[in-house]
Amino acid sequence: MNPLTSYLLLSALLFSIGLAGALTRRNAILVLIGIELMLNAANLNFIAFWRYGPNPEALTGVTFVLFAIAIAAAEAAVGLALIISIYRHYKTTNVDDVSTLKG
Amino acid sequence: MTELLEQFPVTLKHAILDVLSKFLPEWLLPIASAILSITPILIVFPTIFALTTVVERKVLGRIQNRPGPNRVGIPLTNIRLAGFGQFIADGIKALIKEDIVPRNADKVVHFLAPIAVVIPALLAYSVLPIGKNMTALDLDAGVLFFFAVGSATELSVFMAGWSSRNKYALLGAMRAIAQMVSYELPLVLSTVGVIMMTGTLSTTQIVEAQAGGFWHWHAATPWGFAAFFLFLVAATAEANRTPFDLPEAESEIIAGYFTEYSGFKFALFFLGEYLGLFAMSGLGITLFLGGWHAPLPALEVVPSWIWFFLKLGVFIMFFIWLRGTLPRLRMDQLMNLAWKFMVPLTLITIVAAGVWRFMDPGFTRCLTVTAMIVVPYLLLSNALFTARGVGKRTYRYAD
Amino acid sequence: MSASFAILAALVVVSAIAAMTLRNLVHCALCLAVTFIGLAGTYLQLGAQFVGLAQVLVYVGAVAILIVFAILLTRSGEPGPGRQFSATALMGVGIALAVFAVLGKVITSSAVAKRPAPPMFDGSKATVAKFGERLMTDYILPLEVLALLLTAAMIGAVIIALREKETK
Repeated sequence: MNPLTSYLLLSALLFSIGLAGALTRRNAILVLIGIELMLNAANLNFIAFWRYGPNPEALTGVTFVLFAIAIAAAEAAVGLALIISIYRHYKTTNVDDVSTLKG
Repeated sequence: MTELLEQFPVTLKHAILDVLSKFLPEWLLPIASAILSITPILIVFPTIFALTTVVERKVLGRIQNRPGPNRVGIPLTNIRLAGFGQFIADGIKALIKEDIVPRNADKVVHFLAPIAVVIPALLAYSVLPIGKNMTALDLDAGVLFFFAVGSATELSVFMAGWSSRNKYALLGAMRAIAQMVSYELPLVLSTVGVIMMTGTLSTTQIVEAQAGGFWHWHAATPWGFAAFFLFLVAATAEANRTPFDLPEAESEIIAGYFTEYSGFKFALFFLGEYLGLFAMSGLGITLFLGGWHAPLPALEVVPSWIWFFLKLGVFIMFFIWLRGTLPRLRMDQLMNLAWKFMVPLTLITIVAAGVWRFMDPGFTRCLTVTAMIVVPYLLLSNALFTARGVGKRTYRYAD
Repeated sequence: MSASFAILAALVVVSAIAAMTLRNLVHCALCLAVTFIGLAGTYLQLGAQFVGLAQVLVYVGAVAILIVFAILLTRSGEPGPGRQFSATALMGVGIALAVFAVLGKVITSSAVAKRPAPPMFDGSKATVAKFGERLMTDYILPLEVLALLLTAAMIGAVIIALREKETK
């Protein structure tokens, strides 16, 4: 198998695992963990394409990943702050139970 | 002779590799070479740890006006070695002591935590230049590797504290993580000045940039001295040494996150802690004190690795001295120091380093940069003291 | 496909599955840290040294710690006897499998898969110094915007998580 293909398949598998977790778990923190996994899968894609792409000297892929990591850190901080604030309000972190707006 | 001693470890490694290349298949040779680079680290630094435990107890004893351990020597003889056999006795004790795991503990995590403490501490040594041509892993981003590995210890501390199911352990772990996260910032920021000046993250190149006598060391410039001082404080906190030993304050929370560890696992925590301290000292030497360079060009006849270990010894004595002298900080004092004092000052040091880089050498540059650091230091410390209402201490006596 | 890639891929996939299926949330967070380390190893293997180390520094050193703190603060470390998976869990797994099937099909049938592997990329061309130069010249505006975003996110997170004042 082409090395690029194997990296892309690993990334696709990681993305699917994250998606499955985010869709099935009830705890909001685990949903966030699933989203982090999906973000990391995307980063792996960028690195693989950068490495096996036609022009690795341009360093475009790695730069993008560095920005993505920084944004993911910000996202995690805000997301967890939201979860803590929701926990204060509802005394639960189960996403099924936080459904006041559902009517 | 000097040349021989200087490169003795490297020559030895190549000699062994030459012999091995006759027996081993081609693909095993890189692995053999890696093992030969790792083995000295695995032998030398734990040995220094063993000796340090005795030295620390003896020096602390002297500071407190008592002899310290002075009995254990060679068994069945009258030779006492001034107590330096103590670490062997301690090691045997740790090995054969019963390993107690609390019934409620999370067994797997409880078992993995001490391993997860020691491995990052050992990994950190791979980028330290111990002597000329003696960096186990000469990475292009060596300093970043050091900090990345160091940040992994936080999670292992949490593993230890959480898995013990003990309130003191959890409290200690929480204190330790809060402290490590807070002091990581000034620690990393204090090294930025050096990285800016040398224009590289590679530890080997940073050492090369400081060749030729102690006046070329980064700690000999005004910004470098300030950064070195801040680095030293942050490193003390990061290694959980007094006066920042709240996570394991034995008089408040028993032993912090390793309360529920006994026997060999406890020894591993102990080892990890000291290895972390040595690694941090090694980074300080590399970044600010010229690495393996001799203080005077004339002294270059002494092998480079001897200079590294001499400097390391000075660092170790300094930390022991601190431990014997300073009282422990309170939690709020610890946080205030990190966020209100250290972080602003490290940022100012970075700017000062930039000014130093672009001004013409001379007395004016020295004065400007010194003023840039000293004035904010005085203003900040003054403001912090007035804000807390700390005045001159008054004493009241019973009539 | 080299042996090191196989080991790293197995580590990443197994720990990711564990992170999404284990009952105890702290175990999930620890497994997630292993996934991050494995991914950092993959980046290093691909020659992206700076990003790989930044991944460890940010994800293992900061994000995993944040998650662990959030787990302890919301008291969800030891879950009760209730269900761990939502009522529509089967559908979720089905969707994820479908996504993987489509992605896998596209990847294996694309022109990229048939392209021969490029010559071994010289790692010395992607030095940290070059990387820093790019960040300070071509990408200076995104970098500054990112700094602003991080500051805003930090202040926002503090304000959101701040204890609400008792209004009574």
